[in-house]
Amino acid sequence: MSRRSLTLLKNLTRNTNTSCNQTRSVTYMPRPGDGSPRAVTLIPGDGIGPLVTNAVEQVMEAMHAPIYFEKYDVHGEMSRVPAEVMESIRKNKVCLKGGLKTPVGGGVSSLNVQLRKELDLFASLVNCFNLPGLPTRHENVDIVVIRENTEGEYAGLEHEVVPGVVESLKVITKFCSERIAKYAFEYAYLNNRKKVTAVHKANIMKLADGLFLESCREVAKKYPGITYNEIIVDNCCMQLVAKPEQFDVMVTPNLYGNLVANTAAGIAGGTGVMPGGNVGADHAVFEQGASAGNVGKDKIVRENKANPVALLLSSAMMLRHLQFPSFADRLETAVKRVISEGKCRTKDLGGQSTTQQVVDAVIANLE
Amino acid sequence: MAAHLAKRLIGSRSSQILGTVNSSSGSATSVARAFCSSSTTPITATLFPGDGIGPEIAESVKKVFTTAGVPINWEEHYVSTEIDPRTQSFLTWESLESVRRNKVGLKGPMATPIGKGHRSLNLTLRKELNLYANVRPCYSLPGYKTRYDDVNLITIRENTEGEYSGLEHQVVRGVVESLKIITRQASLRVAEYAFHYAKTHGRERVSAIHKANIMQKTDGLFLKCCREVAEKYPEITYEEVVIDNCCMMLVKNPALFDVLVMPNLYGDIISDLCAGLVGGLGLTPSCNIGEDGVALAEAVHGSAPDIAGKNLANPTALLLSGVMMLRHLKLNEQAEQIHKAIINTIAEGKYRTADLGGSSTTTDFTKAICDHL
Repeated sequence: MSRRSLTLLKNLTRNTNTSCNQTRSVTYMPRPGDGSPRAVTLIPGDGIGPLVTNAVEQVMEAMHAPIYFEKYDVHGEMSRVPAEVMESIRKNKVCLKGGLKTPVGGGVSSLNVQLRKELDLFASLVNCFNLPGLPTRHENVDIVVIRENTEGEYAGLEHEVVPGVVESLKVITKFCSERIAKYAFEYAYLNNRKKVTAVHKANIMKLADGLFLESCREVAKKYPGITYNEIIVDNCCMQLVAKPEQFDVMVTPNLYGNLVANTAAGIAGGTGVMPGGNVGADHAVFEQGASAGNVGKDKIVRENKANPVALLLSSAMMLRHLQFPSFADRLETAVKRVISEGKCRTKDLGGQSTTQQVVDAVIANLE
Repeated sequence: MAAHLAKRLIGSRSSQILGTVNSSSGSATSVARAFCSSSTTPITATLFPGDGIGPEIAESVKKVFTTAGVPINWEEHYVSTEIDPRTQSFLTWESLESVRRNKVGLKGPMATPIGKGHRSLNLTLRKELNLYANVRPCYSLPGYKTRYDDVNLITIRENTEGEYSGLEHQVVRGVVESLKIITRQASLRVAEYAFHYAKTHGRERVSAIHKANIMQKTDGLFLKCCREVAEKYPEITYEEVVIDNCCMMLVKNPALFDVLVMPNLYGDIISDLCAGLVGGLGLTPSCNIGEDGVALAEAVHGSAPDIAGKNLANPTALLLSGVMMLRHLKLNEQAEQIHKAIINTIAEGKYRTADLGGSSTTTDFTKAICDHL
């Protein structure tokens, strides 16, 4: 009898634990027909991409989530994203993708950047936070980096003036800066965030980053409940390494956003676990948050040791975007529980498991 | 016969020194000085104490150097309060001439006064002296605990062009363009210096940091120049790392990197990031290298006007920059001595200034270092 009471007690504590983990109770009223399956374009990508997108497919099936994937094969060496893929994304409005490898120094322009420009996905979001159970050097990290995704240094306008002298144009427009500032403040407002920090280098690039800052300041005036401050990018990186808890939401132009997002992801646990996505006015593409390690090394591909956590958490963001919050909550709780238990971890988190083992653990933890 | 032997010895010494001195800074005077330094002919060096806490920490440096027996005569120059029309800034022509003549200098923190019609002081120094490379070694100080314990890397940053050319204009209302310029000449120069530095300091790996998958022509040119120079130094491993990967690896595992060479903007950000890894700008030395072997070591922290004159400042950054200057002058034994003394004083923990968590004054800290010599 004592043994039975022990298991009863264990069940009780487990139930109270799960209700503590879930921070939201699902009370939203769906409209009739909301539950019909939605199509999502899936681009496996290169390197570890197919592994991790496969992981997402498996988990979605296990959850019986009302989405089905339309898979398209795109590789980084292609010169353009194929027209049928663009058609599909325009129709479905949501896409999930793995990394596309851009050849360094070659004549091919990055397909990731092309996709973002054509669909006008002007905001890139990376949510960097400490996962409970994952030891890192920094505590209390919860930063969202919102990065302008279409212009800035990535305009791709380069030319050789004379042999041996090359120029690259960095373009900043008021329209895009205003757009991204508005998105950042709206995000902060809707997600109960208290502070927005603009990252810049306006002491050197006075006109370009000055224009960016001006736009941010104007938008800040309309949100009096949110604190706004500015920080120079080199000081920002230093502060991120020393005192990351002072940052909340950061809004940055294109290049600095890349650096800041990867640094923040690194201090919070690595790019293998940070979710993120690219959002535009009509479309959204979800992928692993920070761009470093998107494609991974060949050794990881061969040994199947890629970390699917980032893409799983991004797909949870996608489920919320598609207005299926309870599926998103279930998925996130399962993933966080797997990480906090610490038994199934891939190499970048200090463990030895393969991708498949992590996926199985997540499926087992789904309620 | 003794004279003949002596002449042969001197000949072999100078050829040894010629071999290690970089071709770009191999002017006759620097070789002669490098050789003469061992025979304690005093070297003249320019000292800019700077503003705020500058004068106090400059005093500190002078005291430590005299106690260590370093044969340097300091020529002090101060930032004037009026604009010198010959240089268009607050630095006088005499100061710049002095640095050009002596070829070495040590600079404290300078506060650029706010106003119109003059160039920033750092910009003046950089342009007039043609300082093309900024070298910043970052290593964890034993005894001062930060979250990272095994940092030991050098960042070498191209200092003249890149994104900081200052060429911007407004195309139409609401659209601004800024030019990023990369030239073959500047990239080759800084790559040469980086590999030469790695070789003379016994470093095994040089990593070039870039974003050539997006900025294909500009960073591509930088990488091409680095590759060319890498071929001349086959014993040094060369690799290329994309900057977002680099940022992530730096915060996860800084021990992976050795020498980093990069263009201007990335260098700015990465060198400050590395300074943050080891404890902040108050502990980071830095040295600017110019054409003709000019070396201007500087402390990169601010002038801290709020603690000026109160004997609370931490002279570590300026002292370590002075050590870098000594190594550039090939006064290696004294450099090692002073370096060890500083490390031991901080490691012991008895005398630490306020920013390191202790309560000593500047003078106590300096005295402790002198005692350790």
